[in-house]
Amino acid sequence: MTVVATTETLTLNMGPQHPSTHGVLRLVLELEGEVVRKCTPVMGYLHTGIEKEMETRTYHQNVTLVDRIEYLANYNEEMAFYQSVERLFGLEPPPRARYIRVLMCEMNRIASHLMYLGAGAMDLNVSSVFLYCLQDREKFLDLSEMVSGQRMMPGYFRVGGVADDLPEGFVAASRVWLDEMAGRIDEYDRLLTDNLIWRERLEGVALLSAEDAIALGGTGPVLRGSGIAHDLRKVLPYGGYEEFDFDVPVERGCDAFARYRVRMEEMRQARRIALQALDRLPDGPVIVADRKVALPPRAELARSMEAVIHQFKLVSEGMHPPAGETYVATESPRGEKGYFVVSDGSNRPVRVHVRAPSFYNLQTLPAMVEGRPLADVVVAVASIDIVLGDVDR
Amino acid sequence: MLVTLLIDVVRSLVFLVGVLTGFAYVTLLERRLLARFQLRIGPDRVGPLGLLQPLADGIKLIFKENFMPAGADPIVYQTAPLISAVAALFVYAVIPLAPPIHLFGREIPLYVADVNVAILLVLGASSVGVYGIILGGWSSNNKYAILGGLRSSAQVISYELTLGLAVLGVVLVANSLRLTDIVRAQSHVWFIVQQPLAFVLFMIAAFAETNRAPFDLPESEQELIAGFQTEYGGFKFAMFYLAEYIGIITMGALVTTLFLGGWQGPWLPPIVWFLIKVFAVVCFFILVRATLPRLRYDQLMHLGWKVLIPLGIVNLAATAALIVWRGAPCRRGGTGVIGHGGNSE
Repeated sequence: MTVVATTETLTLNMGPQHPSTHGVLRLVLELEGEVVRKCTPVMGYLHTGIEKEMETRTYHQNVTLVDRIEYLANYNEEMAFYQSVERLFGLEPPPRARYIRVLMCEMNRIASHLMYLGAGAMDLNVSSVFLYCLQDREKFLDLSEMVSGQRMMPGYFRVGGVADDLPEGFVAASRVWLDEMAGRIDEYDRLLTDNLIWRERLEGVALLSAEDAIALGGTGPVLRGSGIAHDLRKVLPYGGYEEFDFDVPVERGCDAFARYRVRMEEMRQARRIALQALDRLPDGPVIVADRKVALPPRAELARSMEAVIHQFKLVSEGMHPPAGETYVATESPRGEKGYFVVSDGSNRPVRVHVRAPSFYNLQTLPAMVEGRPLADVVVAVASIDIVLGDVDR
Repeated sequence: MLVTLLIDVVRSLVFLVGVLTGFAYVTLLERRLLARFQLRIGPDRVGPLGLLQPLADGIKLIFKENFMPAGADPIVYQTAPLISAVAALFVYAVIPLAPPIHLFGREIPLYVADVNVAILLVLGASSVGVYGIILGGWSSNNKYAILGGLRSSAQVISYELTLGLAVLGVVLVANSLRLTDIVRAQSHVWFIVQQPLAFVLFMIAAFAETNRAPFDLPESEQELIAGFQTEYGGFKFAMFYLAEYIGIITMGALVTTLFLGGWQGPWLPPIVWFLIKVFAVVCFFILVRATLPRLRYDQLMHLGWKVLIPLGIVNLAATAALIVWRGAPCRRGGTGVIGHGGNSE
């Protein structure tokens, strides 16, 4: 009698409707028992054609679309878009605008990482941490509302600066939040880092070697968690980051725990940068004086015919950058975020392509989970911290 | 004869209604407490302080469509929740709430049946409850459900052993399998003091046995949607839910009976003491749920087989050796069926 060994795998569709795929991600998993043999991410469920849509909108209108890409880090997203557009124009925002942008971006980085931490904890069933993190993030959303009138999708940055100066009381309010966050981050650190089960679940899980991380195009905490000190704010400073003093946290664990540690430390560093921005916030205008780009101040409209014409041209037609193409890489909370913008000199971009960190980081997922138990898939997805709006655009 | 029968019926009914009410309010307690731990308010709209919330939940579930997924095994699919619910309720037949009370000149014991192997019955019934989970997962024709069911079978096999070993330590000290005797044996000192290791082992195994966080793998929401109960809705879902929460109360009652001195305590009437202790244990279950992450399946197995079971065996051996060394304290009960005094010398 001969025994024929047969193996049968179970194909499991995880998503697009699933509690821990952080959006409408679908993973086709080949399971052998509980071990994942093959993992194929399927995306496109949130594809909204933003890149194509941007070709039909003026530069000013496009900020509305841009905000919806990486919707957990709106300010960073606007930063990335305007870096490219400003390079087309050859503009440099005034110092106060630069500082305000850095301040908002770094506070947003904290909020975004809080969301990672909360969702990551939730995936391991620590729903309490999720709610604590959301509560802290809520306070950032209040600050965002103060400054831009919107909690998410602020549309606050402009070509050559920001829409308006910081409102009264904003500096004090952000200080309060940042001071509070110092203690809160330490608290989460104590709650989770020293938790035996948390470490068991994260350490040695979702391994990604430095070579794989580079080969698969991983950036941000995914890359830094694999021991490579690559932070675009340091490597290719943009938007005034060279004026700030901060460290780039790097962990050599190559696992989910390393990525967790990197993000925890990044929150502290982001807080440090934001405090520096608050301390040294310069006075002066918050947008360039170039009337071909920035709207004239309201008061001028009553007195100057020229201002009215500029206002009319900008609102009805928008700005016209010189023909050319640019790409500026920025460091979003998830990694390298950059806009490739092609202009033909008209008021609309001819082509926009977004280098979306979540999209590239998602490529590393199969390498992380193949040969690992099903439960680790959840940890791996959380450790990449994807935003599906960013993946699908 | 008729009066005895009547008393039995009334007593059983009181138990059943009491346990079901307890179940309803444990769900509310959990939601409210979790909300408190998580800076939320929790359900407080239905009735004063939200006290009618369980009723609203129950009515909603009863009136839901009796749905069955295509390709499900109809008989098994329908029976599975029943098995879980009945097994969970059955346990209360043998758990003593308080010493007998005297009413109308009769002695009325506050348990449904005083069985001399009660603790075995309890463990057996909780094992039967797992059949509901496995069969429910298997019959639903759903991949998540079957994974949940499979996890559950492995988990229960592993942790039942630990549970049994922990209980054996207590049984050795009390020299009886009868729960009333075990309670009386703690009249001087609770078994949590005499058997601290067994207590810890029992608590850990109790979390696993009731599929509660951090061992809620069979229904781990983040991986398996809802695990074995993914395809269940309406009243059938309510029965699984009932089994889970009654399981928590059961474990609370068992911990109280085996380790916390049962109904014994100063000043307050015994029944109140019993309920206070059960309440405290249930709150502890909820606190743990709000605090701890979930273990992974292989880590759970590792913990069960390589840590808890060896510890349980060591504890059992040490207890046995100690009892032999001290010269077998409780022989006065003969076969241990009527033993009463405990081991206090």
